[in-house]
Amino acid sequence: MTNKMNLRNIKDKLKIGLTGSAVLLILAILTIILGTVIIGGYKSISWEFLTQAPTEGMTKGGIFPAIFGMVFSLLLMLIAVVPVGVATAVYLHEYAQPGFILTKLIRGAVNNLAGVPSIVFGLFGLGFFIQFIGGGLDRSLGQAGLFGQPCILWASLTLALMNLPMIIVATEEALRAIPQAERAGALALGATKWQSIRHVVLPQAIPGILTGVVLVISRGAGEVAPIMFTGAAYYLPYLPKLPTEQFMTLGYHIFVMTTQSPDIDATVPIAMGATLVLLALTFSLNIIAIIIRSRTRSQLRKGR
Amino acid sequence: MQTGTDRLEIKGFNLYYHRTKALEDISMTIPEKRVTAIIGPSGCGKSTLLRSINRMNEMIDGVKVEGQILLDGEDIYQKDIDVVELRRKVGMVFQRPNPFPKSIFENVAFGVRMGDNVPAKEKLEEVVERSLKEAAIWDEVKDRLHRSAMELSGGQQQRVCIARALAVEPEVILMDEPASALDPIATAKIEELIFRLKEKYTIVIVTHNMQQAARVSGFTAFLMLGKLVEFGPTEKMMTNPASKLTEEYITGRFG
Repeated sequence: MTNKMNLRNIKDKLKIGLTGSAVLLILAILTIILGTVIIGGYKSISWEFLTQAPTEGMTKGGIFPAIFGMVFSLLLMLIAVVPVGVATAVYLHEYAQPGFILTKLIRGAVNNLAGVPSIVFGLFGLGFFIQFIGGGLDRSLGQAGLFGQPCILWASLTLALMNLPMIIVATEEALRAIPQAERAGALALGATKWQSIRHVVLPQAIPGILTGVVLVISRGAGEVAPIMFTGAAYYLPYLPKLPTEQFMTLGYHIFVMTTQSPDIDATVPIAMGATLVLLALTFSLNIIAIIIRSRTRSQLRKGR
Repeated sequence: MQTGTDRLEIKGFNLYYHRTKALEDISMTIPEKRVTAIIGPSGCGKSTLLRSINRMNEMIDGVKVEGQILLDGEDIYQKDIDVVELRRKVGMVFQRPNPFPKSIFENVAFGVRMGDNVPAKEKLEEVVERSLKEAAIWDEVKDRLHRSAMELSGGQQQRVCIARALAVEPEVILMDEPASALDPIATAKIEELIFRLKEKYTIVIVTHNMQQAARVSGFTAFLMLGKLVEFGPTEKMMTNPASKLTEEYITGRFG
């Protein structure tokens, strides 16, 4: 009896130990990564580092153009991906009949899109956006090299395409959580289908959509592969003013500083600093989105 | 039998869910400005019949109907009938209170706002006040109109939902077991309200509670397995039913 109990106790403790050590392992990895970045990067951070352009062959100076370019491209990406993603989710969840072949096709396409490696999106962006659409636009406008070259617009659209499944899934998740009874209530009051979606369903889905936006911002900021061929520049002596210009961005800048530099001793601290800034920026963007989300949530609860 | 004018008439009505026949050859005339109760055992099709009257069944896949439901002499299943218009004439209150997560005011104003010509603010305030008074909840909520309807108790929420339905000035109000999710005191309030509302509206109420049907309704329809077994004045049906089945159901032999 006691032997059995002991054995059970040991087994139980072993399992707690196993799951607990998995958690510890993850915490340790995170600490090591963050620690390395913070220790290696904090010395580079200064007001000048954040507000000035790189100088002396990118071995000195700041990273402001990369910050600027990242914000520019992420904003464009959101403008493209949120409306399309939300509209697709609304169609799939509110309008489409579940058994309908087109619905199944779209759903399958969305799932497959989510599984495509980001480098493939980059190459697709190069072939489709730049050569096919951009090149086509240039040819029909009778000019050369305005749209048919890498730029912020195409890079943002490529990022948008890559992140489309995330927005769709997050929105659909949010729509699914809204009770059918509320839709029925709206329809029974003589609202049209669209009115019930616009005034009852979508307002409640906003927190869920914002969750998708948070994820998409982080991923968009972190991915380099989709923008390498579609718009990111190694170095630019000026800030882009139009979406048709190339841009510098933090993720790519870090890649350049660590792998493409002839003077690695000078550039690694810059890369570390840039990484720290990238992490801080995504972190604070996430915080902002989370604050907006909890505000809309409590406003919904208060019923405004 | 005194039935008033008959504005709502169901004629040879059949309804199928895919291949299953849920309602079979229902014919009945629902008297105006009276309360008509639909009773019957679970799954007999009473809710389905109710939802046929404002075409809410169309939300469900694979529903097919035959026959007619006439409102003011017009078949509501005709091709050129505007469902949105129909649902403004035939309001509905659901089994579970389903207020929107909006303020009490916005809940009641919702139907009016979704209409073609939204009235000015003062007019809208009037409509909301009138509806809440009609639904006997004005005194309880008049100081918190702009607070969420979700903060109210279940019984209060249900009366807000009734007010919401009244705000669009329907002719008919359909109620799908409106008190089944409420406690006895809240139920009594709803029943009192139904009793008063029949002065202005034609009311059709689905209930599985025989006493409730006896208390609130003037007419009762007994449905079983999708067929209308008996339809007539509630008093007669409760004391002297024509059909043996009705008698067995009422006396609690099954159901």
